[in-house]
Amino acid sequence: MQELVHKAAVPDRVITPRGGWLSINWREIWRYRELLFFLTWRDVTIRYKQTALGILWAFIQPFLKMVVFSVIFGKLAGIDFGEGVPYAVGMYAGLLPWQFFSEALSRSSTSVVGSANLITKVYFPRLIVPLSSVGACLVDFAISFVILVGLMFYYDIPPALPILMVLPLIVMTVLAALGVGILLSSLNAAYRDFQHVVPFLLQIWMYVTPVIYPVNILPPGWRWMLLLNPMTGLVDAWRSAILGRPFAWGHLAASAGVTALVFVFGLYYFRKVESRFADIV
Amino acid sequence: MTSPVITVRNLSKQYRIGTRRERYHTLRDALAEAFASIARRKARPRDEWIWALKDVAFEVAAGEVVGVIGRNGAGKSTLLKILSEITYPTEGRVDIHGRVGSLLEVGTGFHPELTGRENIFLNGAILGMTRAEIRRKFDEIVAFAEVEKFIDTPVKRYSSGMYVRLAFAVAAHLEPEVLLVDEVLAVGDIQFQKKCLGKMSDVARQEGRTILFVSHNMAAVESLCKRCLLFHAGRLIADGPVEKIVMRYQESIAEHAGGSVDLRAHPGRRKDSIPMMRTGTLSSQSQSPAAAVRMGSDLSVTVDFQSPNAAIRPVLGLVVKNYLGAGVFSVNNRIIPGFTFDPVREGRITCHLERLPLMPGTYTVDLYFGDEHHTLDAVFDSLSFEVTPADVYGSGKLPPAHCGPVFLPARWSMKHDTPGQSP
Repeated sequence: MQELVHKAAVPDRVITPRGGWLSINWREIWRYRELLFFLTWRDVTIRYKQTALGILWAFIQPFLKMVVFSVIFGKLAGIDFGEGVPYAVGMYAGLLPWQFFSEALSRSSTSVVGSANLITKVYFPRLIVPLSSVGACLVDFAISFVILVGLMFYYDIPPALPILMVLPLIVMTVLAALGVGILLSSLNAAYRDFQHVVPFLLQIWMYVTPVIYPVNILPPGWRWMLLLNPMTGLVDAWRSAILGRPFAWGHLAASAGVTALVFVFGLYYFRKVESRFADIV
Repeated sequence: MTSPVITVRNLSKQYRIGTRRERYHTLRDALAEAFASIARRKARPRDEWIWALKDVAFEVAAGEVVGVIGRNGAGKSTLLKILSEITYPTEGRVDIHGRVGSLLEVGTGFHPELTGRENIFLNGAILGMTRAEIRRKFDEIVAFAEVEKFIDTPVKRYSSGMYVRLAFAVAAHLEPEVLLVDEVLAVGDIQFQKKCLGKMSDVARQEGRTILFVSHNMAAVESLCKRCLLFHAGRLIADGPVEKIVMRYQESIAEHAGGSVDLRAHPGRRKDSIPMMRTGTLSSQSQSPAAAVRMGSDLSVTVDFQSPNAAIRPVLGLVVKNYLGAGVFSVNNRIIPGFTFDPVREGRITCHLERLPLMPGTYTVDLYFGDEHHTLDAVFDSLSFEVTPADVYGSGKLPPAHCGPVFLPARWSMKHDTPGQSP
């Protein structure tokens, strides 16, 4: 009884009309971390259940992409990463973060609409939905990383000191994917047009990002435009880290800035529209 | 009395009409609207809005089990969705003390490819249980669902009964202080429904949990709840002891139903229906329309329909329910082999029920109308009729009223055993 009286003072939940810009309730998201874990785990498990090759697919896809790109762009088109770096390694060092970014975007953009059955039936912080989609892509990312290590062994490229930057680069790449992914997931719930926009967007985006070619083949007058693309600086920095080259710190800083902006805007836009999710998905 | 666990004050929720949910926009709509406003021209004609809930206020004390009843579209589910924070009110405020668990559906998030074990953990997490909590209750959940042998089988191989049992078992082991339940007992077999009702009332009585229970099953509401809220058209119109409120609800249904009913703007129409049924009429052997029929005599149900588009092969289905809202029987001409009409755009279809085996009492009829594949239109509690006593057995006596809703012809036989002879 005493406990009840004590509780009565402050209600645990106050439900009032929602609208406008809201703050992010990190504590609540932390409280629901197990749900985040289970949804991520579900995404990964389901993706490879009932496939004969199972998780091997996460290995085969980037590997074949690497082979095909190396033949077409490296051998036939003759693109070169300079300093005697084999095309496969130079390209794959950029393909690795790009592949993760692109997977995470395409999965998270449809995540809110795809979770309509949960969103209309149960309460939980809605941010968990795109977070778990991006989280599930981290597993594939880790597997693709193994291919990179294999390539470095194969071509006998020993890691140099810049490799230490890989850790912060992973964090930045994840944040970039989260920012854009969260934004797209809420946009797609509000405007279904985005389900058509995203695949197209990703295709174009890959070509304007220096994934299959080095940054320096761009005419200097164009480079500032590419810096608006947070992936430009990131992909370039990944390449520097893997190949042990000096970093273009200015590019990386520009990327970090744009990433941070998109991430914050994505979060707040998501919060703004999430209260309507159950009514519109 | 302790202070209330749930306090609801002038709660209102508005939806765009027709859809019961806001239709999502396409970018084109948004751009067109933006352009229209720039051009200082009037945008699309303003959408009409409907109050799914209007000025609702009530309090629930700790340990109370409150039934929430009303027709389809009365606002019951919207209320539960707001209390569960799935959707937000347009106006008003709700204060809740304690952990809320909502059960708007059993098996939310169940994935057919995952095993029973995996789904228990996933579903438990979705309902707000921690991993440690699920692990602790795991054996109990599995035993309750009676699926021990299949726990590592993907649930897509489960029978629908097993699936529902497992889903409910997880939900039944939720331990929130406030539990919101929406019509989850409409699924599962009778045996299991009883078990669930038992579990829920145990929970309420022994553990002092507060429960809000939405149901169309008046028997379940009466057995579980002491207090009941009645909703009509988004408003809370009655709040009081369960027997009184349930009776009032049944009377209000009877007002709308009768021997002949205009179905075009009937409040009981299911929300996704295409309004095709225009009138429904009951006829007895001597009268049409008829609001009463004698036990054991014939009854027919006629529905006037018009299809807005193509000609269809009409299918009419009826569900006849007793005064508690429990189905007594149903018929339709889709399940009767070879009984197919030619395609028409409009007409009237009649179902003849011969020698109605119903006991005296009030019955209501749900009407379903469609083509040979789908139900296109459904109106609940549309017709109602009274069965009056008749001397069906020629003995001047009838079976006791409380023993069931039907009577049947029966024959007896007996073999005479001579005393002292063993079989």
